[in-house]
Amino acid sequence: MSIRVGVRVFVPCDTTALSLGADDVAARLEREAQARGLSITLVRNGSRGAAWLEPLVEVETANGRMAYGPVSADDIPELLDAGMLEGREEHALALGATEAISYFARQQRLTFARIGVTDPLSIVDYLAHDGFRGLEAALARAPREIVEEVKASGLRGRGGAAFPTGIKWQTVLDTEATQKYIVCNADEGDSGTFADRLVMECDPYMLIEGMTIAGLAVGATQGYIYLRSEYPLALEILQTAIARAEAAGYLGDDIRHSGKCFHLEVRLGAGAYICGEETSLLESLEGKRGLVRAKPPLPAIEGLFGLPTVVNNVLSLAAVPYILAEGGQAYADYGMGRSRGTLALQLAGNVQRGGLVELAFGATLHELMEEFGGGTLTGRPLRAVQVGGPLGAYLPQSQWQLPLDYEAFSAAGAVLGHGGVVMFDDSVDMAEQARFSMEFCKVESCGKCTPCRIGSTRGVEVIDRIRADEDRDANLALLEDLCETMVDGSLCAMGGMTPFPVQSALTHFSADFRRPADGGRS
Amino acid sequence: MSKPREGNPQSVQAEIDALKHKPGALLPILHAIQDRLGFIPEAAIAQIADALGQTKAEVHGVISFYHHFRTTPPGRHVVQICRAEACQAVGARSLEAHAKASLGIDYHHTTADREITLEAVYCLGNCACGPSVRVDDRVLGRVTPERFDALTDALRTQILEVAG
Repeated sequence: MSIRVGVRVFVPCDTTALSLGADDVAARLEREAQARGLSITLVRNGSRGAAWLEPLVEVETANGRMAYGPVSADDIPELLDAGMLEGREEHALALGATEAISYFARQQRLTFARIGVTDPLSIVDYLAHDGFRGLEAALARAPREIVEEVKASGLRGRGGAAFPTGIKWQTVLDTEATQKYIVCNADEGDSGTFADRLVMECDPYMLIEGMTIAGLAVGATQGYIYLRSEYPLALEILQTAIARAEAAGYLGDDIRHSGKCFHLEVRLGAGAYICGEETSLLESLEGKRGLVRAKPPLPAIEGLFGLPTVVNNVLSLAAVPYILAEGGQAYADYGMGRSRGTLALQLAGNVQRGGLVELAFGATLHELMEEFGGGTLTGRPLRAVQVGGPLGAYLPQSQWQLPLDYEAFSAAGAVLGHGGVVMFDDSVDMAEQARFSMEFCKVESCGKCTPCRIGSTRGVEVIDRIRADEDRDANLALLEDLCETMVDGSLCAMGGMTPFPVQSALTHFSADFRRPADGGRS
Repeated sequence: MSKPREGNPQSVQAEIDALKHKPGALLPILHAIQDRLGFIPEAAIAQIADALGQTKAEVHGVISFYHHFRTTPPGRHVVQICRAEACQAVGARSLEAHAKASLGIDYHHTTADREITLEAVYCLGNCACGPSVRVDDRVLGRVTPERFDALTDALRTQILEVAG
């Protein structure tokens, strides 16, 4: 039986596209096409990450895929009238060939090469776009050789701490144990970040492949993806992808008939930011409160259930298939200094063209925010940028020329973290932002150490007194002192870094702490 | 999001029995019970503690540690507003204030008609298109106060249609 296949039309199905009405667009498209007797094949692809263009509809033509966006359901009749299915560019929403859109053309996509291009759950699509090549390469090698390849790539943890991934794997490989684990930290709780979510929703087999390679490298047969409960769609997609990968022989007892085994399970967190800290995460996976553990012992030696465990972020594991398929050197050829490869940057907050931008390390923050981001959404002057999540510093204009590089940021007292870039225009009240940093720590502290647990509560109170002009100078001095205590005395990054946004606000935006009480606020 | 239903000891025990063999089974068990009943009833704590060989205090300690778990029934829909920085940069603070005033409740409370429970959330991963709101398992982007009202009105009309 032959079925006439119509022109392929792509409507993304990631959380962002759905949050902006992609399902309505898809439904309307099918209805209108049917009414007009037009034959289409609707593909629900992942998102290419240009959130500002979502829902981004693409049509496959002899000359490649043509893009239209952002499309609402009500635009569909006009778009069809204007020849969208032939890829014509007459409509105001026509963006031309997708790959030629400068937002995409100027990126250096290694990890995100496939996202938005393929149907996330199609193994056929995945294989057609270089999927599982890294796994095949890993299956042909000894564990030590896989670890050497990852070391050669210079890959460092993309979760925030930037520890060399190969060294971590080496430690687990060298530790004797009856059972070892691969744990993927998918508790991406930093505001302004969504790269992990895009990987999981738009290219889940890449994460599965990366974790399987990690298992082969260190001799671990069980993996867990610890996923935050705020990502219900990622959960659904990952579970389906794991089941399909098992059925196709890419996971399970006998991977690709190699006699090697790796099992994978998704575990859901329960709304605790601290569980993104690796030792808290392990406690949570063990079924306990997510209290941080003192290190040492390192999780690589005594991790999940006391056994050697690789704990890597989604983006670190997602980089691994490319490294194995193309070689560590090919990855290391990108980047600057000791920051090798590419970085997934996420433009968020008050930004004209927000979304995911993958670039080799070394571009400046300013280039990113202007050339990709196009400035603020409101059109008002950009005033402060928080990089690296809620524990990252607020950067004033004088620091926007910083190159995106771990060491350069560190030298400036800032952190690159998970690559989140949150932009604020000049209406922001930085004293209020500083207060929020302390309040967030108060809500999310695990409570194990005093500087974090009590310090954050006191921090909120002191900032409130400053803003109310009660003994302002004395309270400003007290706040500085409190921040120092938290930095020096906290057990983990939660309490140890919460002062970064606060101190940066005090240093660079001090006027906001000296406004008259009840004045200057809308 | 499951509708809150009357939990009976048998249904809770079924969830526990299906998962208790897993290493680190407590969180999966709590999720399964909450998915089924909408909350974790007081009586379930003893059942869980018994099955896992833990004390009731330990189980209670875990439930109270995590923001996601609740021990009282929520409204028919749970509406979460993102309070994180990326959403703040595009008006989340005023959206929060509007939502509280419009629903007449604060965070962690349920409207008098038991339709909507309001919660805060710190990041839904929709940071380039804020302010973001999650209604049950659906995330919405660029939510203005007007859209928020239309949304909650729609949630409340649904029940009338069902009842009518």
